[in-house]
Amino acid sequence: MNKTIAFIFSILLLTLSETSFAQNVAINQENATILHQNGQIYLVVLVLVTIFAGIIFYLIKLERKLNRLEKK
Amino acid sequence: MAKYWWKILTTIILLYVIVVGILIKIPYLPKLKESIRNLFYHVPMWYVMLFCFLMSVIYSIVYLRKNKLKYDIISNEFVIVGLWFGMLGMLTGMEWAYIQWGAPWSNDPKQVGAALTLLIYLAYTVLRNSLPDADKKARLAAVYNIFSFALLIPLVYIIPSHLASLHPGSDNKPFEALKTQHHLLRYVSLPAMLGWIMLGLWIFDLRIRIKKIEQPEIFINE
Repeated sequence: MNKTIAFIFSILLLTLSETSFAQNVAINQENATILHQNGQIYLVVLVLVTIFAGIIFYLIKLERKLNRLEKK
Repeated sequence: MAKYWWKILTTIILLYVIVVGILIKIPYLPKLKESIRNLFYHVPMWYVMLFCFLMSVIYSIVYLRKNKLKYDIISNEFVIVGLWFGMLGMLTGMEWAYIQWGAPWSNDPKQVGAALTLLIYLAYTVLRNSLPDADKKARLAAVYNIFSFALLIPLVYIIPSHLASLHPGSDNKPFEALKTQHHLLRYVSLPAMLGWIMLGLWIFDLRIRIKKIEQPEIFINE
């Protein structure tokens, strides 16, 4: 058991150590700014957050319903 | 409260991913341009699918060893959640391809591999639902599930990486995609991976609790 854990851990460390050699892809450092030019993107973020809130609200409702059923 | 902390955490992480993922100023990428942000939304769908299928095959093996129907049900629920997320991944991928490649479907190795994987797992649900006897159903489903996972790895990973694919990152070796990412992207792509997987687990949790109410006898006799 201990051996397997040590094995998995060493593999993990090996993969981590490789990251130090990794180099970022050469990309133009100039930031893309088109998306932010007219500020309308904030509207889209608002819409996305609303949809996400709706989905989470639905999941919480299901959660409550299940809790009630589990108590019975 | 102790039961819910990870669900609250999921909500917070995903809120961060949605807001920061859209608003973060990313480096200019000549080919992908702004569509690189799909890395925070489309790619995690496949991570959730892979995670669910991996969990499912683990529980299939546990079922075959312990012969308790409980593990079969857990395994099946994981497949169903994985399939939903896989289909979302497929759909979002096609939307992306429609803009970037000009057509939603162009028989790219990555697309074909993913489609075959989904079909194999759909066949799994058909097989499992077509058998009336609970024990036979569980046993056959578990064996089939192990074979489908063995097929999934070459289909989504090995074969596309050996063929010419237009899909970003498909020529990468395992984990290379993460390492070569620009550090700015990593601030969002790593939480995104975690957050979406946790959302999958949340839905799995709800499904398994429904099963516990429906068939309490399977879960009680331990």
